[in-house]
Parts: sequence; C-alpha cells; structure tokens
Amino acid sequence: MLELAVGIFNGFSIGSVLLLAALGLAIVFGLMGVINLAHGELMMLGAYATFVVQNIFQGFGDGALNLYIFVALPVAFIVSAIAGLILERGVIRFLYGRPLETLLATWGISLILRQFVRSVNGVLVLGIVLFCLLFFGGLWFLSKRTDWERIRTAAISALLPLSLAISAVAGVLVSKTGVEVLTKPWFSARNVDVTPPAWLRGGFSVGIYQLPYSRIFIIVLTVLCLLGIYWFLNRSIWGLRIRAVTQNREMSACLGIPTDTVDALTFAIGSGLAGIAGCAITLLGSVGPNTGQNYIVDVFMVVVVGGVGNLFGTVIAALAIGIVTYLIGSGTLALMFSNSDALQPLTDFFTFFAATSMAKVMVFALIIAFLQVKPSGIFPQKGRTAEL
Amino acid sequence: MTNATIDPPVTASDLMLRVSGLNVYYGESHILRNVDLSVPCGQMVCLIGRNGVGKTTLLKTIVGLLKPRTGAIELMDSPINTLSPDKRARLGIGYVPQGREIIPRVTVKENLLLGLEARPGKRRNATIPESIFELFPVLKTMLGRMGGDLSGGQQQQLAIARALMGEPKLLVLDEPTEGIQPSIILEIEAAVRRIIEETGISVLLVEQHLHFVRQADRYYAMQKGGIVASGETSELSRDVIQQFLAV
Repeated sequence: MLELAVGIFNGFSIGSVLLLAALGLAIVFGLMGVINLAHGELMMLGAYATFVVQNIFQGFGDGALNLYIFVALPVAFIVSAIAGLILERGVIRFLYGRPLETLLATWGISLILRQFVRSVNGVLVLGIVLFCLLFFGGLWFLSKRTDWERIRTAAISALLPLSLAISAVAGVLVSKTGVEVLTKPWFSARNVDVTPPAWLRGGFSVGIYQLPYSRIFIIVLTVLCLLGIYWFLNRSIWGLRIRAVTQNREMSACLGIPTDTVDALTFAIGSGLAGIAGCAITLLGSVGPNTGQNYIVDVFMVVVVGGVGNLFGTVIAALAIGIVTYLIGSGTLALMFSNSDALQPLTDFFTFFAATSMAKVMVFALIIAFLQVKPSGIFPQKGRTAEL
Repeated sequence: MTNATIDPPVTASDLMLRVSGLNVYYGESHILRNVDLSVPCGQMVCLIGRNGVGKTTLLKTIVGLLKPRTGAIELMDSPINTLSPDKRARLGIGYVPQGREIIPRVTVKENLLLGLEARPGKRRNATIPESIFELFPVLKTMLGRMGGDLSGGQQQQLAIARALMGEPKLLVLDEPTEGIQPSIILEIEAAVRRIIEETGISVLLVEQHLHFVRQADRYYAMQKGGIVASGETSELSRDVIQQFLAV
C-alpha cells in the first residue's frame, strides 16, 4: 500500500511538472487557439535564464546561492514572456485564424531559438541590437511623417535590407577583432547543469522511500501558479478582458476592449508560465537546446485530453497522465498484481510496459483510445476555438 | 433616390454621425453602394429595408468591424474611417448587434462591467449605476447568472444595458426586437425612448417592427445596398412601408 502511495506521489510530481509546462500552453493554445510549437523552446529559454541567474549568484557566495531560485523564477518568467511578446507581435498576430501557417511558423521559430542558444555570443547580440536600433528606430522616425501610411511599405522595404546589411557587416568586423569575450559562445551546444540550492537537495523519508524536496517544491510551485492564474483570469480586470476576447473577439472590440493588447498580454503570460516551467525543470536534470522538445508532445497531449481551453481539465489530465505513466513505468502496477497467480497474465502485461519509454507508449495508446470516445477531451471547449 | 421629404437644413456641428459616399465590398461583391446617411444629435434615425439589402453591413462598417473601400465616416465632425472598433467605442459609439452577442460564459454583472471599457477614465469606480436597473429591472435579479443562460429577451436587455454602461454618444441598435416576445418588445421600445429623453444621445436603429420604426425621428430606406428614400417617420407612407419594411 505504501508503494502505491509513493508511486502516486511520484506520479503526482511528474504530473505537476507536466501541468506547470501545460499551464502556459493551456492559455496560448486553449484560450487563444494558437498552436505554438515553440512553447517548448520558451521553456528552454526559462531554463537558460535560470542557469544565468545561478552563475551570477555563484559570485556572491553560498548564502546567496541558496536563494537564487527565488530570483530565477521571476527572471525566467520575464525572459520567456518578453520572447513570447516579440513572437506574438512579430509573427503570430498576422496568422490568427490560420492554424496551419501558425504551426509551421512556430515550428520554424522553435528551430531558430534552439540554434540561437547554441550560437549566441557577444557579436550576435551586438548585431541584433544594432539591427533593432536601425530598423525600429528608422520606422519610429519615419512614422512621425504625415504621409506615413502612404510610404509605409516602401519604407519597410528599404529599411529592412539596409539595417540587415549594416548589422551583418558590423558583426563581421567585430568578430574579426578576435576578442574572445565577444566571439565565444555563451552556452555552446552541450547541456548545462543547474545545481539546485542546498535546501532542495535530499528528500523527506517515508519508510524506505524518499520524497525529493525538489519535487515537493515543484508541486508547491505548480499549486501557486495555478492559484495565481485562476485569480488572474477570474478576479482581475485583465482576466475578464481575456475571457471576453477569447469568447467573442468582435463584440469585445466593439465594447472598447483593446483586443490587440489583450492578445499580446495573454501570449506573454502563457509564455512567461513556460519560463517558470523551464526554471522548475532545471531542478530535475541538465538543460540543453533540445530540452523543450522533450516536453512539447506531452504538453500538447495534456491540453488536448483536458479539453482545449479548460484549465480544470488541464489539471486533471496532467495529474492523470503523470500518475498513470509513473505507475506503469516504475512497475508499481506489475508489482501489485504479482501476489496472485490468477492475475499472472496481467502481471506479465504490466511488466512488459514497466519502462519509461514503454509506459509512454501505453499512455499514448490509452489517450488515443480516450480521444475516440471523447474527441474534445474531458471538458470540451465552447469558445472561439470551438468555432474555428 | 426618392426623397419622401426634403432634408431639413442641418449644419455639420448638429450631426452626431455623417456617412458619405460609402462603398463596401465582401471580396469582389459590391455590398454598399455610395451610401450617404446622417444622424443628427439627440435624434433617433431608423434604417429600414428588406432582408439582405445591407443594413447590418452598414452598421458593421460604422462601428468598425468592416472596412469601407471608399467613403467617409465622421463622428462629431472627426473622421473615424481608420480607427479600430475599440477606439470607435471609446469615442462614443455603443453597439447592440443583431443576435445580441452576449459574452456567454461570463456573468451578467461581468457583461455589464465590460460595458465600462468604452468609458474614458474607466474602472476607478467599477459599479453598475442604478439607472441601468431602472431601465431593465430584470437584470438586477440575474447578476450572478451566466450571460448565455438568459432568455432572448433578457439577453437583448442586457446587450442594450451593456452598451449604455459605456455612456455612448451614439447608440447603434441592430434589430433589437428580432425574435423577442411582444411584451418584451414593448419594454425595449419604452427603454430606448426613455434613454433618448433622459440622456439626449443619438440612436441609429435598424428595425422591421413598424411600431418601433415610428418612434424614430427620421428614416432611411435601403435597397440593393443603397439609400433609396429618406424623410421624417411621421410622413412614412403606406407605399414606403410596403416597399421597404415587409420582409
């Protein structure tokens, strides 16, 4: 019985990681109807932001290092939220209502972001900053003209190649100087290790079992994020605006709600939550450019099974998938049936699936079977997405 | 265009809304053809015409949901052609669309509070004024219910109340009595009349219900995407009614 309880706890902790990762997607995909395949990479950015914060705190001694996680969490949120905001303003807002194009574009962005963390160095950042200054500064300057609407397309066509060319040339020239600080990649292609604070190492002993503190921390973090999101969506004025826009965009605009701002804010919050999830997964293992890819399919599965657009459904789905995956994968189920000879075939069946990858196969098969019965998930969506 | 009466002389500053030379297309289908229309300050103007002549398209263009290919829309002498619907709402256009378009999964109270979005300096005091409940008493008892759970008549009252929460200067009503039971139609009519008397706002109304049409000061009749007749509603002849009001 204790084994089952510990198995459920471990499954619960896996589910809470899934839930944390799925919360952002439940907002972006569930509420806004945007299929964001770069969600995993936004998690990855959060994880790298945590790595950077940890390195900065290392300079302040062990006392400070024990507290870095509390700074890393908001930093990861802000970094991913800003990345998400740029993604929404720069790409996705032009693709609302076109799911196939959104899917392709965000997949492309996920590749770019993965390569970005592999290659990023001082020169690249300098080039990007210079490009932004030239291009957006130029647009801002020209937008002051009274005939801006008329010259807009021509201005963008001229400014874009010009800014790109100047930035590229400047980048090449700077890299030729050979200054190592500027040319050395910040992270490289290899995974980086984030060491959890000392107080998150070890665990809480229950008999011969141990409940790791880091997993308890993730569960608490997930609950806090859930409560925060629930409060934000249901009690705040921006939450009301988001709910209105996602249910009836045109009417919301006619009521005076700035739908563009609501879209940007919703996307930024969803992305920020991905950042927090990224910060949390650094407690479970090393992070690399492909970290997000390990989660993206599971996370989409959670949102779809829960019922697109339903936060409560996402919670149930994440925990159910987490617990079932763990109980099958760890062999707990096989162990439970092993006492009875009559149940030997069942024991053999679960033993066959008692490995992480095989458990995933079985869970996906179960999900496919479940979606045949309830194609819209546990709690079907009734809003804008349902009408698409 | 057959003017039933000659338009009274109005100066530009007397007009709440002026639409001139408006042409709207759905793809390459020409829907509105050179529409000219004006709504004087403090008056109710009714737009009549059979189904499919472009009345709703005209209202949607005025509130900003559709973009005209050519033509001008001015609210209190300021051009609003290029503004988004939310900016037009904040300038004072309150819209009650055909089919009510209540936000279904937020409460009646939240639906009403969403109406405050159009108000400048909103949200400092997010309360629902008692005058709204005086107009539509039924809403007071339903504040906690979901908007989508209300009956058609109640939703219509909620839609008008929601638009009024934004203190609009121009109220645009698209067939507010469509599919509503007769007793509620009379309540809605009385409420709209009272709104105009008490607040002095202008109203642009699309309506098929003759009794309601006669409450308006002026009418415009549409046919095949253009205005074909206009005048005082007191002079609405049987011929005009038969030609433009019957479905």
